[in-house]
Amino acid sequence: MASVALENVSKVYPGGVEAIKGLSLSIANGSFTVLLGPSGCGKSTLLRMIAGLETITDGTCKIGDRVVNDVEPADRDIAMVFQNYALYPHMSVYDNMAYGLRNRKTPKPEIERRVREAAKMLAIEDYLDRRPRALSGGQRQRVAMGRAIVREPQAFLFDEPLSNLDAKLRLQMRIEIRRLHNRLKATSIFVTHDQVEAMTLADVVVVMNHGRIEQVGKPTDVYNRPATRFVATFIGSPAMNLIPGRVIGRGKVEIPGSGTLEFDPDEFEVADGTSVEVGIRPEDMSVAAPGESNGFAIQPEFVEELGPNRLVHGLAGGAPLVLSVSSSTRDLGNGAVALHVPEHRVHVFDTTTGRALRRG
Amino acid sequence: MEKRAVFRSSWLPLALVMPQLIITFVFFVWPASQALYQSLLLEDPFGLKSQFIWFDNFTALFRNRDYLESFHRTAIFSGLVAGLAMGIALLMAVMADRVIKGATGYKTMLIWPYAVAPAVAGALWVFMFNPRIGIVAYVLHSFGYDWNHQIRGNDAFALITIAAVWKQISYNFVFFLAGLQAIPRSLIEAAAIDGAGPTKRFWTIVFPLLSPTTFFLLVVNIVYAFFDTFGIVHATTSGGPAKATEILVYKVFNDGFIGLDLGSSAAQSVILMAIVIVLTVVQFRYIERRVAY
Repeated sequence: MASVALENVSKVYPGGVEAIKGLSLSIANGSFTVLLGPSGCGKSTLLRMIAGLETITDGTCKIGDRVVNDVEPADRDIAMVFQNYALYPHMSVYDNMAYGLRNRKTPKPEIERRVREAAKMLAIEDYLDRRPRALSGGQRQRVAMGRAIVREPQAFLFDEPLSNLDAKLRLQMRIEIRRLHNRLKATSIFVTHDQVEAMTLADVVVVMNHGRIEQVGKPTDVYNRPATRFVATFIGSPAMNLIPGRVIGRGKVEIPGSGTLEFDPDEFEVADGTSVEVGIRPEDMSVAAPGESNGFAIQPEFVEELGPNRLVHGLAGGAPLVLSVSSSTRDLGNGAVALHVPEHRVHVFDTTTGRALRRG
Repeated sequence: MEKRAVFRSSWLPLALVMPQLIITFVFFVWPASQALYQSLLLEDPFGLKSQFIWFDNFTALFRNRDYLESFHRTAIFSGLVAGLAMGIALLMAVMADRVIKGATGYKTMLIWPYAVAPAVAGALWVFMFNPRIGIVAYVLHSFGYDWNHQIRGNDAFALITIAAVWKQISYNFVFFLAGLQAIPRSLIEAAAIDGAGPTKRFWTIVFPLLSPTTFFLLVVNIVYAFFDTFGIVHATTSGGPAKATEILVYKVFNDGFIGLDLGSSAAQSVILMAIVIVLTVVQFRYIERRVAY
């Protein structure tokens, strides 16, 4: 096991496309880190740079104490699980798993022991003699993981390994990957565009956009304390509502046409008169009970029933707003409804830079 | 998945396949059966009458030292042509697969020789190797090798082999390149991470995955060496010197059209036909099924 450290790395493709723009990240030994972002944000490129499949244009990449910029993938002592599994179609499952060990001249009994052990762990013992084409998607996925496990590498790299599975299997494999990590405690870097995968698997989530890191933090941090507007709208479904406003005093923001809103002045620091964007998650708002007044009114347009909860789409001061309420809430009707937001659930972002205006 | 059209009457499907059937009949079944019949006859020297002699033409052939030598020569020739043409083509395809700049131009140039007719290819090589005026012969002379394919059998054999290989490389190249490009990149990357160097990756991953292409090309190349090289032989050496380059297909021509031994020539062509049929059956029945991934 080892830590992975990236210092100021960048990737420029021939032709001038900048996939990674001077990015630094340190991944702790034994942690499960998820690189999360929309397609084209550079997360896969970053993973492939760590794996050695892409050259590093600038900066350094360290695995453990060793700078690996010019080290071949084979000598980096990492294992990777590919999106399409990349199983060798002409080899049996056993040979697929043993291939990497044989290349490294591992003694035969040792190979046998490790493959059997991994196969047992992944419940694929009965398929060892089969060819990959005779396996289902989930089984192939396990073989791909088995191939990584038997190597006992310094770090596991996962490149969207669940995206080719159907929804039910994806859920199951997600839990298995996490269980496996709890057992092996190996440094793992997992690339995905699925925020649910990221939230459930990660110790640390790295949110990326346009070749840059937007935020690094625990899953609860990126959800509760998004550092930028991008993170705020990317994490959480439905996305966070963003409403333009103007700060009119300590902890007070005016929403043109819908009144004023209070936010936590100990959390956010904004000068009076600043134009800001206020972010509120749909699930953080509720219909105002008598005496609750921190909020504004929504003019409901239509409702989406999701079963356990209900999404109300409407307008607040001319801007679209989504509200998520429990299904037991009474029907809101057609008229304007006053909403309440606890002040510590209000986020404030700089209109131009998009950064959260947190203190410190 | 099965795609099957169902016709109500029987004449329409019949009419649809008829053009192909007629072509096959006129250009294959009819001449082939004529050859088969002819191979059982002994024609008198003036072509006035013929005699039915059962399989005497065949038994005579397999007792004839000339024929057996030609058979042996053809086996060596086709082995060399198939081996060299495929080996060189594979090497070039692997290198072309890595080329990024100017890849299209490079590939097009490699494919050109295939557009050259066999006889023209033969003429080209004859000029280059001409003992008196040929550039290659000149270079060989300067290295102290006295090249003369008009006198030395081995030189002549080497010449037709080179010409035949040169012409077939393009064809093999196209197939190998397509085969290489069909191998997912992630497989190669997975193997690289699994600690296999470029050479090891080639032999343990790429080459096995190319085996359907390789087997297909093997059959095609052997058939090519057996039959399509007639033009090359005819244009370069005409089977000489002293029959050193007389491969089976050339002997059919020589014995039939020059020697006018029609019965024996027909018997030889029947044997060749049997060889092709066997190769084709092997290709379709066994190889295509066994090595598909």
